[in-house]
Amino acid sequence: MSIAHTSSSEKVFAPAKKSHRTAYLLLAPGLVWLLIFFAFPLLNLAETSTKTPAPSFETGEFVQTFRFANFIDSFSANQEQFFRSFFYALCATVLALAISYPLAYAIAFRSGVWKNFMLVMVIAPFFTSFLLRTLAWKQILGAEGPVVSVLQFLRILPADATITATAFSVIMGLTYNFLPFMTLPIYASLDRIDYRLLEASGDLYANSATTFRKVTLPLSMPGVVAGTLLTFIPASGDYINAQLLGSPGNFMIGNVINSRFFRVVDYPTAASLSFILMASILVLIVIYIRRAGTDELV
Amino acid sequence: MKHWLSKNLIRIYAAAAIFYILLPILYTVAFSFNDADKRNIVWQGFTLSAWLNPCEPIGICEALGNSFKVGITATIASTILGTMIAFALGRYNFRGRATTNLLIFLPMATPEVVLGASLLSMFINIQIGAGLVPVIIAHIMFCISFVVVTVKARVASLDPKLEEAARDLYANEWETFRRVTFPLVAPGIAAAALLAFALSFDDFIITNFNSGTLNTFPEYVWTASLRGVPPQANVIGTLMFVIALAIVFAGQVISKRRQTRR
Amino acid sequence: MSEKKKVEGDLRLDQVSKTFGDFVAVDDLSLVIPKGSFFALLGPSGCGKTTTLRMIAGLEEPSSGKILIGDTDITEAKAYERPVNTVFQNYALFPHLTIFENVAFGLRRRGIKDVNEAVEKVLNLVELAHLKNRKPGQLSGGQQQRIALARAVVNRPALLLLDEPLGALDLKLRRQMQIELKWIQTEVGITFVHVTHDQEEAMTMADTIAVMNNGRIEQMGSPADLYENPRTVFVANFLGQSNFIDGEVEASDGENLVVSLKGSKIALPKSRNNAKSSSLKLGIRPEKFRLHTADEKLTGNFLKGGVITDISFFGVSTQYLVEMPWKQELMVFEQNDGGAPDLEKGDAVTLSWEPQFTFALDGDAK
Repeated sequence: MSIAHTSSSEKVFAPAKKSHRTAYLLLAPGLVWLLIFFAFPLLNLAETSTKTPAPSFETGEFVQTFRFANFIDSFSANQEQFFRSFFYALCATVLALAISYPLAYAIAFRSGVWKNFMLVMVIAPFFTSFLLRTLAWKQILGAEGPVVSVLQFLRILPADATITATAFSVIMGLTYNFLPFMTLPIYASLDRIDYRLLEASGDLYANSATTFRKVTLPLSMPGVVAGTLLTFIPASGDYINAQLLGSPGNFMIGNVINSRFFRVVDYPTAASLSFILMASILVLIVIYIRRAGTDELV
Repeated sequence: MKHWLSKNLIRIYAAAAIFYILLPILYTVAFSFNDADKRNIVWQGFTLSAWLNPCEPIGICEALGNSFKVGITATIASTILGTMIAFALGRYNFRGRATTNLLIFLPMATPEVVLGASLLSMFINIQIGAGLVPVIIAHIMFCISFVVVTVKARVASLDPKLEEAARDLYANEWETFRRVTFPLVAPGIAAAALLAFALSFDDFIITNFNSGTLNTFPEYVWTASLRGVPPQANVIGTLMFVIALAIVFAGQVISKRRQTRR
Repeated sequence: MSEKKKVEGDLRLDQVSKTFGDFVAVDDLSLVIPKGSFFALLGPSGCGKTTTLRMIAGLEEPSSGKILIGDTDITEAKAYERPVNTVFQNYALFPHLTIFENVAFGLRRRGIKDVNEAVEKVLNLVELAHLKNRKPGQLSGGQQQRIALARAVVNRPALLLLDEPLGALDLKLRRQMQIELKWIQTEVGITFVHVTHDQEEAMTMADTIAVMNNGRIEQMGSPADLYENPRTVFVANFLGQSNFIDGEVEASDGENLVVSLKGSKIALPKSRNNAKSSSLKLGIRPEKFRLHTADEKLTGNFLKGGVITDISFFGVSTQYLVEMPWKQELMVFEQNDGGAPDLEKGDAVTLSWEPQFTFALDGDAK
């Protein structure tokens, strides 16, 4: 699942030293940081999710009542957004996969001297503010932008229709933003494939389509799975794309959590929603770990 | 012609895909030259005024400064912490590997809303609230994992025999690290630091939860997007892009040079 | 590194053992390697030779035992405190340093400021001075190997350890390097300890060979000694090839023993007998056999009734497989110098050999 990969020609050396003390000394500061500022806050969030408004009804004041019904309440109140989030994320993941796989394939096998350049171009979006990028899309897809004008000119789009503020543009935004997360792991998997395996396949009477289906595709699966997880998970929790490219009818669970935190100061609901989101994501991760183990994660 | 097409179809596709990826960036660059004050949506004319007066809009350069403050601090801290963990994972066999791997991995897999919300929740509970320090703390937290992943790959490809050779040639533990291990792992650490900075600089969601009245550059753009993002924001975006590209290409040239030398 | 008294002398291993968990890699090893000699540790993979080398270098700690150079006990010393340098199997040249800096590395760590002269001298010794500003990645395998050697030798260590350094080279280059290494060793006079699984390599280069198996030394001696008079079946089969025939001691006849060998009586010089019991495994090297067709006058020991079952041409020699009446196939090498008769598959032959070329081991020896 490692985004940073070693190419097929580099050797990897297994960890060998047995001195535990040094290892623990090296691990301690970073892991302690993560425990305090990642693990503990999550536990704290869990604790908040079962609180209820304080008797004084002061804004922002809550008491711990272990009300587990919070989860049920917040889920049913926001079912629509939950399912919408997963639906959008799924669409974005599928689209990203469709766009990325051929691109990764081209970079791995057909790029020649342009390989490095193409890789840099794939991660180029990382180099600009993703808000600016998303706003650029809003412009490009907007009522005064070129896409709408062209589509209206070609009579595909009726005169006063817009593309923004629709599910389509939100999904488009999500797909675009997570494209590198899908492309790079797939590329890493493909790049690792020993070219001689493909030659052997040809030697054994397989044409290029069959070789792809029976050799290349299966060997690239780890990358596909990694890319899928790396895309689906953040996409399902996103709210920026929905906010910028969509309308309130397109809002995802991330938007709800955000507003519950800032607009309507309802921490227990926000917390329980966060937890349900995390839980569903963890289910996916557990399935992945069961099949692949933890060493490939990092 | 048909044969040429089938052979190069995928190349043509790749070029198109890359154009698609670059499109919004090109748009951003183009509109940094737009002659518009706030409502930078329709092309109104070419001008360099945004480039010449980058700090004109109120708060933009302050936000940029904050982004740098946070970014540099978070980069230094997370690179050090993450590199240490990467060495431990890459070089030593210790009990608790699986748990460590999981703890490193989970922040990368947790949605930013959850990360941001949980941190804000905790900071409120312990009376620290929001502001510069919470933001820096949060950034360090989510950058560590990415640093670990990047450096660990480099550490794993380092032949331990090289360190043995150094010890064989009279270098003690510190000298071995300083003269052999570190120079060879340095490119990985540099890449990790760059990645950490990029992630920190561009972070919005977690920052938004924990910054309170403080503004970073992405937050500035966000609030500005409601009334109109000035072209100066595009200027900064363009500069970031160009500088980042320059660093990456420079890095590639340097690494080529290291391999060969007359 | 403080050098109060220069550490030098014979290398001595005193009951050195190394265990990895349950696995005993080196089992109670004791040996003395004289100063200035070319010593080979020979054995198959997993026999403990590399582990032994690494313990001498200080890259591995012995589980028990002592290691001394002359009078100095270096068992507790760290690798960088020992006057011992290693030529690694895959060279381990520092990829980020130039050839010059690679070679100068050890000198610099010891605080020597002016390294130019020493580095140039050793680069000239390996004839690669013109590459001093290149990086290891730009050199061929053979060149890297010579630089690895130069990097070690330049430090004038008391001991130079070589861990199968020629393994990655092709045959012709390997042969060339074997001669060069031997020459360099005599030039600089340093004790060389060479680990290898290649018995030909050990025999050509070393003054003394120790054959290792399962963490122990099976036999130690000069190449000729080990080859002509192996004390165990393992050594006999590891160095060259051997034919083993079961026999029984019948009588004593002055300097010789009379041995009953599958129905024939042959002479075995008592000096060549390493067996303690009267049931023997008799060893004869393939090149010691002579082939005769019937009706020839025979000298020495002989065995009749063989039939040729296979002939292989080796250029320098021809290998014959001869099936004897007791259904054992014996291997015979005949030099292609016109001395051997013209033979074909199926021909009936008699084998003869000189008694002093026999060696005998215990009948149940492994």
